[in-house]
Amino acid sequence: MDGSGKISIALKVNGDSHEVMVAPRKLLSDVLREDLRLTGTHVGCEQGVCGACTVLVDGRPARSCLTFAVQMDGLNITTIEGFNREDGYSPLQQALHEEHGLQCGFCTPGIITTFEAYLVENPDPTEAEVREALSGNLCRCTGYQNIVKGILKAARVMRGGSSGEAVAQ
Amino acid sequence: MKPAAFTYHRPASLDEVLALFAKYGDDAKLLAGGQSMGPMMNLRMVQPEHIIDISRIEGYDEIKVEGGNLVVGALARHHDVANSSLVKDSCPVLAQAAGTVGHYAIRQRGTLGGSLAHADPAAQLPLVAVLLNADIEVTSAAETRSIPARDFFVSIMTTALEPDQMVTNVKFPCIVLGEGWGFHLFTRRAGDFAIVTVAATVTLDGNGKVSDLRLVLGGTGPVPMALLDLAEAFKGRLPDVEWVNELTNAAAKATDPDDDPRIPAEYRRDLVRTLLARALADCVSRCQEGQI
Repeated sequence: MDGSGKISIALKVNGDSHEVMVAPRKLLSDVLREDLRLTGTHVGCEQGVCGACTVLVDGRPARSCLTFAVQMDGLNITTIEGFNREDGYSPLQQALHEEHGLQCGFCTPGIITTFEAYLVENPDPTEAEVREALSGNLCRCTGYQNIVKGILKAARVMRGGSSGEAVAQ
Repeated sequence: MKPAAFTYHRPASLDEVLALFAKYGDDAKLLAGGQSMGPMMNLRMVQPEHIIDISRIEGYDEIKVEGGNLVVGALARHHDVANSSLVKDSCPVLAQAAGTVGHYAIRQRGTLGGSLAHADPAAQLPLVAVLLNADIEVTSAAETRSIPARDFFVSIMTTALEPDQMVTNVKFPCIVLGEGWGFHLFTRRAGDFAIVTVAATVTLDGNGKVSDLRLVLGGTGPVPMALLDLAEAFKGRLPDVEWVNELTNAAAKATDPDDDPRIPAEYRRDLVRTLLARALADCVSRCQEGQI
């Protein structure tokens, strides 16, 4: 801790290590966006409701607006930027793209981070299960239909099955 | 909004937590999953001077069965409680309830001890603790003792915890073979705070009559209501349609919920009748099928 009350922490984000000086009250969402310039994590409500700021902490989804960065010292954070692949999109990103599972895109990073974890835990979800899990991410554009379609398609692709017609793309 | 400034502590052991808590008392708040305290701090409804981060204290997220009780550590996360085969087998009403808390991402971080200590009147886990009259183990630097759940919840967001005490473990009596259980809630949108939540257990004797009955209502008052006298009065009868109608009407009548223009008292009472009828139907069918 220095004179300003800031604390030095080691943040591991998307596999990269960062030394950051943070005030304890600084939210993880703000440290990601302001200190690390990882602006893919979106901040909507700052009270845990909208899900836009969801990141993974040691592989599990967490609201970065309900998390203080100081708590994350030494833990592995994955943000939306962490799902980029050299060869393009992840299967979930690709399926959302194909199914038009986004319009303005504000909620999309939270949906992708949540379901990258969810589909690992539950690789073959029913539509009802997807909708239940998706209830934690507010989208004000799409009406969710195409997001659900995209997630179900991604699940099929990730299981190694056919994604239907879109596989050819 | 952003939270007010605070001093952050992350002690390595429970002893250190309790020493800090003894030192700072009312000026300190424990931070576990942060899913209730986070919003309250961001909205500046609370502005603690000291935050004691207990999320990495080891050994308090265990789930085990000991002598007829399911013992769950205070730091067990809702998602793990909901999906634990031990919880599903020995206290399925708890697993069911934990799986309905907030949303998928919220359940990954929120903890059992946090939910109990927060004591939101709409919360599911305090309701199950009161249904089963779980023993809530609380620890301070001076002592460890147990508080029965029915004495633990005092009022809205107020518990019997002293400023230097933390919840460390919770003992839920197991649901036994032949005991049926039911849990239902109503939310306007998936994952919202429930307007009304109910849970019940029923045991039937050899003649199919109710030999044991436990009921609890949430969202109808400042703390979960166990309705002990009412449950006693409805024992000894066949759980037929008449019994369900009389019981659900009596339960609704026993409540005196807030008459909010958005959620009128009569609407909550109506939910009590409907949800309790569903929960009792689940109890009876689980009894008759002999499944836990």
